[in-house]
Amino acid sequence: MIRFLSILIITLLATLPARAAVEIQEVTSPGGLKAWLVEERSIPFTALEIRFKGGASLDRPGKRGAMHLMVGLLEEGAGDLNSTQFAAAAEELAVQFGFNVSDDSVSVSAEFLTENRDEAIALLKLALTEPTFDEVALERVRGQVLSIIASDAKDPNKLARLNFDSAAFGTHPYASPIEGTSETVADLTADDVRQAMADAMSRDRIVIGAVGDISAEELGVLLDELLGELPAAGAEMPDRVDYDMAGGVTVIPFETPQSVAVFGHQGITRDDPDFFAAYILNEILGGGGFGSRLMDEVREKRGLTYGVGSYLLPYEHAELYLGQVASSNDRIGQAIEVITDEWRQLAENGVTKEELDRAKTYLTGAYPLRFDGNGPIANILAGMQFQDLPISYIASRNDNVNAVTIEDIKRVAARILRPDDLHFVVVGQPEGLETTN
Amino acid sequence: MSRVIAVLLSAFFAAPALANENVTTFELDNGLEAIVIEDHRAPVVVHMLWYRAGAADEPPGQSGIAHFLEHLLFKATETLEAGEFSEIVEANGGSDNAFTSWDYTGYFQRVAADRLELMMQMEADRMRNIKLTEEDIVTERDVILEERNQRTDSDPGALFSEQRRAAQYLSHPYQIPIIGWRHEMEQLDMEDALGFYRKYYAPNNAILVVAGDVDPDEVKEMAKRHYGPLHPTLGLEERIRPQEPPQLAERRLVYEDARVAQPYVIRTYLAPERDSGDQTDAAALTMLAEILGGSSATSVFGRALQVETNRAVYAGAFYNGVNYDDTTFGVIIVPTPGLSLEDAEAELDAEIAKFLETGVDSDQLERVKTQIRASLIYAQDDVASTARQYGSALTSGLEVEDVQAWPGLLKAVTEEDIMDAARMVFDRKNAVTGFFQKPTPSSEVSQ
Repeated sequence: MIRFLSILIITLLATLPARAAVEIQEVTSPGGLKAWLVEERSIPFTALEIRFKGGASLDRPGKRGAMHLMVGLLEEGAGDLNSTQFAAAAEELAVQFGFNVSDDSVSVSAEFLTENRDEAIALLKLALTEPTFDEVALERVRGQVLSIIASDAKDPNKLARLNFDSAAFGTHPYASPIEGTSETVADLTADDVRQAMADAMSRDRIVIGAVGDISAEELGVLLDELLGELPAAGAEMPDRVDYDMAGGVTVIPFETPQSVAVFGHQGITRDDPDFFAAYILNEILGGGGFGSRLMDEVREKRGLTYGVGSYLLPYEHAELYLGQVASSNDRIGQAIEVITDEWRQLAENGVTKEELDRAKTYLTGAYPLRFDGNGPIANILAGMQFQDLPISYIASRNDNVNAVTIEDIKRVAARILRPDDLHFVVVGQPEGLETTN
Repeated sequence: MSRVIAVLLSAFFAAPALANENVTTFELDNGLEAIVIEDHRAPVVVHMLWYRAGAADEPPGQSGIAHFLEHLLFKATETLEAGEFSEIVEANGGSDNAFTSWDYTGYFQRVAADRLELMMQMEADRMRNIKLTEEDIVTERDVILEERNQRTDSDPGALFSEQRRAAQYLSHPYQIPIIGWRHEMEQLDMEDALGFYRKYYAPNNAILVVAGDVDPDEVKEMAKRHYGPLHPTLGLEERIRPQEPPQLAERRLVYEDARVAQPYVIRTYLAPERDSGDQTDAAALTMLAEILGGSSATSVFGRALQVETNRAVYAGAFYNGVNYDDTTFGVIIVPTPGLSLEDAEAELDAEIAKFLETGVDSDQLERVKTQIRASLIYAQDDVASTARQYGSALTSGLEVEDVQAWPGLLKAVTEEDIMDAARMVFDRKNAVTGFFQKPTPSSEVSQ
């Protein structure tokens, strides 16, 4: 029966759909804004994803958290509407807005019905052009942010990551959480918030994805109406930052039955010619599936954890190779040994042909499944433009995965996996582990 | 500000949305029920198998066995090696996982539509044919203990929730945690796992949900081939759990933990769930939760306690009617610094009292109904979510017709219905009120 299944799989692989079937139109609005569009007429709504490059990394010195606070205030009142009136207006139109900030971007997402598209866009425009940032709303949202910061300070996962970033990135904004600290957030003013908006949300740094019940022409007009009045230029992008942490262990004492470890070292840039190979390499070492080496060795064979994984994190101005594991205080030391050992094994010996083939079939088969809804596709379109990928990327992506050879993996493993540089930040009361120097 | 303090999930009026003609059902001779939901926009399918067995069906003293078994289903069968199930799913570009609740255990895979038959073949295989070793039991038991460490013992909010639930149900097994009590988890063994498995993992106790780019007739033929030959569990008794006696006294808890960063007060009232053919009370309670505490900017609690007075960082109400037996209706307030938990509770109670006096704002009700109507459009974009809603409803005592009637029932709810529901549910004798706080100075000092 095992054999029978294997035969079935091989037959099926031959017919695996290797391409995602989306047809992207490149749209340029009358006012010169560029966007990527997939027309999808079967459901009467549109998903729109707008991203502004820069994000929280544009926080000015001493103003950490300003971008995060600003984004939190965008739906708290605009034009003549206070926060309740703004939310009620959105409810009446059944439009869904999302405002988010990350290290490198501010994003605005909207899903709106075809039947009241113009009203929905007018409301969103109000938020993007005439936010009130009034004192009452500012104090309320500041209180929410301070509450989040206080909670994160008691969360072992957050604590581990926070300590890792702060040791890795010195004084760069990446070194601290985008929410800011309780001190910086307490001092932020409405002027700081306005400045943050002017710095981050301008027309010179926009990428746009749209999917749904809308034509290229309609989208162009809509985008000019929505974004045409934003300032032409914002703040300068921040400088690159060098990763600056040696291998070792840092223990952050915290009273909890289970230790959490965030670990990693320098990563690889998104535009590196070896990125595809590195991505596949990580899939085999600690990627999302059950079958990764780390899951197999740490969880399946030894029961040391519920979850362990690793991932490449290419920021715009730095890059990390990170991982995370949680294990009871008396066993975290063993988990760390196993992880380091796996890191070293792979760096020295590469992967097997079978592992590489398995990772390729998974990655190429899973790729088309990402394109499964207007919202997700709009996100992908914006993400591709954000990373400067060509519009042809979707069609060639699986070929690029398949082109990676076992020698590529071996070379890239030796290049990017550095077991001696691994630094483990452990939050908890780990037995037998101490901070190294 | 949309990132709400991580306290709870809220609001559930998301309604199955696909036009009913996209949904077909069939039943096999061995009792397996099946639902097929068509969406031909992308060549993708979600294959789910739901069992009417969850933590509330566990034998006394074996808390956590339903969830433990869920983990063990990824071990070997008579035809697959341990871990091979997921490997094959991944080799086909798919993803798979499983989940356990009080009323159900579910398994799902998401793959290219032409892989459906392989998924069925493997899922049918492990319904009746798992083969466990002692080593599987010992290693995987360590994994679930680590899972408990990670999700519960490392999270004071989760520990608090566990204590409140145990107080909420005096007799019903909803009082136990899904993950299990640690001392019972440590004792779970092969016999416990196989006992639960042989009884409940059977075609006459399962619901198949297939959603995506499929043809219902082909799905039926495939299901007959793979699930059809499986033997039902004979003599499977009706699902009757110990029921709640009348609750006569409010229970009040103070949970203290040094790891608490943001104190809050939460209260849950025992409340009726959605019953097949009888969902109107649940519909009114769903609307009540939305009106009282759905949106931070426009709900009764949000406006009074957050927006207008800034006495709360967050205030909300929540209700989930998809439950086999009695469920709960909850209210919560996370006070701004400076407001004590006692005062915060008083503020919340004052708002409830005021609401019972003044009634529903008709504009607000209208807006909620507009959103329900729109959710029927938006939800067409996410067929997997519709599949989950059918699966959870049908393992919680509801029928397909109940699921399809639900949006209409929500739209039919009147202001008077909502007020009747409020007067019915806000009975402190049925309630558990919990304070979540740092250790008070007096309790830290030992004399």
